[in-house]
Amino acid sequence: MAEIQDSGGGGHKGGKKRAKKLSTKVDMTPMVDLAFLLLTFFVLTATFSKPKSMELTFPVPPDVIENQPPIKNGITFLLTGDDRIFYYEGEFRAADDAKGAKTVLQELNFSQTSLHKYLLDKNKDMHTQIRDLKDKFEKKQMADTTYKRLVKERKADKASYTYLIKTDDKATYKNVIDVIDELNVNVVGKYVMVDITKPELDMLIAAAGTK
Amino acid sequence: MSKKPSKGGAPSLDMTPMVDLAFLLVTFFMLTASFRMAEPVTVDPPSSIGKVDLPDNHIMVTIDDNGRVFFGISNSTAKTEALKEMAAKYQVQFTEQQVKKFSGLPSFGVDIKDLPRYLDASEQERTKFQPQKGVPMDTITPNNQLKDWIAIGGRKAVEVFNAAKAKAEESGAEFKSEKPRYAIKCASKTKYIYVKDVVSTFGDLKIYQFNLITSLEGGGTVINPE
Repeated sequence: MAEIQDSGGGGHKGGKKRAKKLSTKVDMTPMVDLAFLLLTFFVLTATFSKPKSMELTFPVPPDVIENQPPIKNGITFLLTGDDRIFYYEGEFRAADDAKGAKTVLQELNFSQTSLHKYLLDKNKDMHTQIRDLKDKFEKKQMADTTYKRLVKERKADKASYTYLIKTDDKATYKNVIDVIDELNVNVVGKYVMVDITKPELDMLIAAAGTK
Repeated sequence: MSKKPSKGGAPSLDMTPMVDLAFLLVTFFMLTASFRMAEPVTVDPPSSIGKVDLPDNHIMVTIDDNGRVFFGISNSTAKTEALKEMAAKYQVQFTEQQVKKFSGLPSFGVDIKDLPRYLDASEQERTKFQPQKGVPMDTITPNNQLKDWIAIGGRKAVEVFNAAKAKAEESGAEFKSEKPRYAIKCASKTKYIYVKDVVSTFGDLKIYQFNLITSLEGGGTVINPE
């Protein structure tokens, strides 16, 4: 669309001067439109956070199943459907015997007042000790290698509880991750995923009430 | 002297700073953008306080809500190498073009016999691809393709890693890549037994260490010296 530049009423004398005064401004609107379009596109497609992950080591199955020493100070969580958790402490007994009474399953749930509180109580000693270590470390009273070693030693302490996580067919992945997460929050040193045994499963089904 | 009334026409505004900024941002987002093809499934992993980044070099097994298993290798060289070996093992023919397409695929969940057909399909067709039952991992019939994928893929990934490391050491360049790791990405609602099957498949190959992928959760203090 050509436009005829009207030289105006100045006549021939000022003609050349006027042409020089022509605006050098370029209409930037289309360019800006495009820039913002691209900007919007890239902003919307951008992924900022890399996915996070949780490192977990599963137990190596033992070569010999028998003669496994029973785990001392064990707490076993049995996970089932509907976000329910049952637990028992110590060894499992399907029925009363010479060593002790039949195992009774207790129920917990994923709320702050249940599982979290339970673990906090159970793990109070270690929690406070590790917290003290952390305080010292943060106040620079301790070298970081010493700190790491002490925390590791503390976590591997024989007297502390070992947590076993077992699931039935109805438990979801989220439940498992939540339990592990809760154990991590409460600075539990030893936990492991284990396959459920038949007597435990029977008791869990009975406790959960529905098959 | 009174102000001259402005002449007709739109008031002009100096847009230069705005344009500068817009282009700066465009450049930033363009350079940081990483393009990849759509995953065959979207899984919504549970949240955790885990703060470990997913390693760049990984072999990932994705499990969706229904227990379908998808397999992927992050390194494209290792991916094509693994495909060639799998093709030889299962006697499936792949054209050069299919192999090339495979190298761009983040993950897949089809039987290797259907894989050529899957690769020929367009990206839109792939979402509706049938049968997409996940990588077969039957333990009874000798058709545990997932196990073979993991074994071969893992080996290739390590080979590629070692080759790159050796090359970097030779030329004295800095080498930043990490050893390949095994990652499991699983939807929140998936029943744990499906995960157990995958873990036992890994266990058959004497692999016990995993990175479980989770989304980030706020709150909670962790004392984790490692």
